[in-house]
Amino acid sequence: MKYKWLYFLFSLLFILPGIYFLLRFGLKPSVDFTGGTLLEFVIQPADNQPIPLNDLRSFLEPQISVSSLQTAGDNTFILRSPEFDQSTSQSFQEKISSRFGQVSEKRFATIGPTLGKELIKKTLVGILLAAGFILSYVAYRFHDQKYGICAVLAMLHDSLIMLGVFSFLGVYFKVEVDALFVTALLTILSFSVHDTIVVYDRIRESTKLFPKLTYTQLVNKAVTETLGRSLNNSLTIIFMLLALYLLGGDTTKWFVFALLIGTVSGTYSSTFTAVPLLVLWENLKIKHHTPGM
Amino acid sequence: MWRFLFILVLTAAAAAVNLIPQYSLKTGLDLQGGTHLLLQADMANIDPADRNTALESVKQVISRRVDLYGVSEPLIQTSNFKDDYRLIVELPGVKDVSKAISLIGQTAQLDFREDLSGAGPIDYASPSSAMARIYAFQPTGLTGKDLKKAAVSFGQSGNTTGQPVVSLEFTEAGSQQFAEITKRNVNQPVAIFLDNILITNPIVNEPILSGQAVISGNFTAESASALAIQLNAGALPVPIKIIEQKNISATLGSDSVRKSVIAGSIGLGLVVLFMILLYGINGFLADIALVIYGLITLAVYKLIPVTLTLPGIAGFILTIGMAVDSNILIFERLKEELRAGRPFSIALELAFGRAWDSIKDANMATIITSLVLINPLNFNWLNTSGLVRGFAITLFIGVIISLFTGIIVTRTLMRLFLSHITHPVCDRGN
Repeated sequence: MKYKWLYFLFSLLFILPGIYFLLRFGLKPSVDFTGGTLLEFVIQPADNQPIPLNDLRSFLEPQISVSSLQTAGDNTFILRSPEFDQSTSQSFQEKISSRFGQVSEKRFATIGPTLGKELIKKTLVGILLAAGFILSYVAYRFHDQKYGICAVLAMLHDSLIMLGVFSFLGVYFKVEVDALFVTALLTILSFSVHDTIVVYDRIRESTKLFPKLTYTQLVNKAVTETLGRSLNNSLTIIFMLLALYLLGGDTTKWFVFALLIGTVSGTYSSTFTAVPLLVLWENLKIKHHTPGM
Repeated sequence: MWRFLFILVLTAAAAAVNLIPQYSLKTGLDLQGGTHLLLQADMANIDPADRNTALESVKQVISRRVDLYGVSEPLIQTSNFKDDYRLIVELPGVKDVSKAISLIGQTAQLDFREDLSGAGPIDYASPSSAMARIYAFQPTGLTGKDLKKAAVSFGQSGNTTGQPVVSLEFTEAGSQQFAEITKRNVNQPVAIFLDNILITNPIVNEPILSGQAVISGNFTAESASALAIQLNAGALPVPIKIIEQKNISATLGSDSVRKSVIAGSIGLGLVVLFMILLYGINGFLADIALVIYGLITLAVYKLIPVTLTLPGIAGFILTIGMAVDSNILIFERLKEELRAGRPFSIALELAFGRAWDSIKDANMATIITSLVLINPLNFNWLNTSGLVRGFAITLFIGVIISLFTGIIVTRTLMRLFLSHITHPVCDRGN
C-alpha cells in the first residue's frame, strides 16, 4: 500500500473528467425517464438505395416535432419525439411509405410524462435501499463500520465512473440512459462489494492468524493473496460480457457495455480503492490517538 | 458417494426437463414480439370506495375482449401506484395493433333488453333457438348509467336463504324505469347485455318498485361475483387511456435471441478454455460443474416458469461468468495450502472450508441487490418494470444455483477423482 496515493490519483484521472461531463452536460435520459415516443422503422425503397438521413428529416419535420432522428443500420431509423399515439404513428408511417418506400415498424414505444418521474423516484429508492442493505450487511459481518463505509465508498467510485462514461457517451455518441442502465448500475454495485468483501475477508482472517504484523503489512499480504483470484474472476465475466457486446443484439448493447465498464472499475476499486481507504482510515486513527507524534 | 449419485440424478432430471418439449421456455414480449400497454383508468367520477371494484370490472371487460380477439396467452394485471389505477396489458404476437387498441380502449356498454315480439314464452328446450330469441330482444332504454352498483350478497328469504345472490341497486331515475320494465314483464325474462353480449337473462317474478333488485339462481360464490363484476363494468363506467405503449416486431426479437445464443456459446467456450488453461484438471472439473449449472438453471427457468426477456438472457450469461468465481476462489486457496506443504486431500478440504466464508459473504451482496430489483412483495414505490425484474430474477436464480454447483458439485467431483493424488498437479500456469 506504499503507492496508495498513486492508486487514488489513477482513479481521479477517470473520475474527475467524468464529474466534469456530468456537471457540464448531465446524462441523456431516454424516453423511459422523460416520457415521449420512440419509433424504430425500416424503409424499403423501390430502388434499394440508401435514404439520406437529411432527406427524411426535412420530410418529417413539418409533420411532427422531431426531437432526434438517427440511423440504426441499413435504412433503419430511430425517431424520438414528444408523445404521440398509435393512430398518429400509423398515418405518419403511411405518409413515409408513399414518399420513400414500404415502411415496417420494428419498435414503437410511447410513455406518458408522469411515468418518467415515477421511474426516477423508484430508481433512487432502489439504489439507496440496496446500498443501505449492503452497508449494514458488511458492517454486521465485519463487526466494524470502517469496512462497511470503505466498501460503500468503493461502490460510489464505480458509480461515478459509470455515470461519467455514460455522460461522455451521451455527448459524443448520443447514448441514452434508460431503466436497463440503472439495472446495470445496481448489478455493478453488488459485484463491486462482492469483490471487496473477498479482500476484506482475507484481511480479517490474517488479523487472527498473524497478530504480530502491522495493519499495513496485513493488508499488503491480503491484497497479494487475493489479486490473482480477483483478476481471474473478472476475466471470466469480461469474456462473457465481451462476447455479448460484440455479438449480442442491439437492444442490450449499451446495457452490456455499462456492465463491462462497471466490471473493470469494480475490480480495480476493490483492490485499489477499498483497501487503500481502509489503510488511510487506520493511519488517521493512529495519528489521532497519539497527538505527541 | 451418495452425493455423487444425487448430483448424477439431479443432472439427469435437469437434462430430461430440457429435452422434453412440453416444458418450453416462456419468452417475454421483447423476444417474441407483440404489444405492451399500460392503461390508466380515469376514476374521477367513481366513489373512492368503489374504485377497486371498478378496476376489477375494467380488467374483466378487457380480458374478455382480448379473448374474443384471439390473442394467445395475453397478460392482464392491475397495477396501482398511489392514487393511480392502472392495468398492464401484454398482447404477444398481435399484428394489427391499432385495431386491438381501439377494441380495448372502449368504455363498456351495459343495457337491459326485453321481449317485444309477442311470440309467447321462450322454449329453453332448444338452446339455440332460445338464444336467437334473446338476441332479438329490444333495448329498454335502461343502461349501465342507471345502475348504481351490483354486489354479491346472500339470500334473505324463501328458498334462496343463505345462497349467494347478486343484488342490484339502481339510481333514482333508473329505479322508476326499472319499475316500469318489471311491471310489463312479470314472468318474462329481462336480458342484460354487456358490449352486445348476453351476460344474464333473469325472469321477473314480480314488479320491483324500490330500485333494489336481486338476481337469484344456482349461483356459487364465484359465479355470483363474476356476474357482479360484469354488471359493475357497466355500472361503474371507467374511461381508460393509454399512458405507455411498446410494440416490438417479432423479427427484432428472434434476431436478438439468435445473437444472444451465439454470444453466450462463444463466451462459455472462452470461460471453459480459460479454466482449463489456468487450473488444469481442476479447471476441467469446474467446467463440468459449470455445464451442470447451465442444465439445472435452464430446467429451473422452465419449471417455475421464468419469463425470459432479453435482459434476462444477459443476466443468465453474466451468471455463467460469475458461477466460476467460487471455483476460482477455492482453487487459488488450494494452491496456497499446497504451497504450505499440506497433502492434497487435506489441502482440498481446507481450501473449501476457508473459501466458504468469503463466498458466502460475497454472494450475499448480489442476493440483496437482486431482491431489491425483483421487488418480490410488489411494493409500488419500488421498481415494477418487467425488463428489470427479468434480469434480476435470472441473476438471483443464478447465484443460488451456482453456490450449489460451484461448491458441492465441484467438491464431490474433486473428492471422487482427485483425492488419491499426493502431488500438486493444480499448480500449473499462472
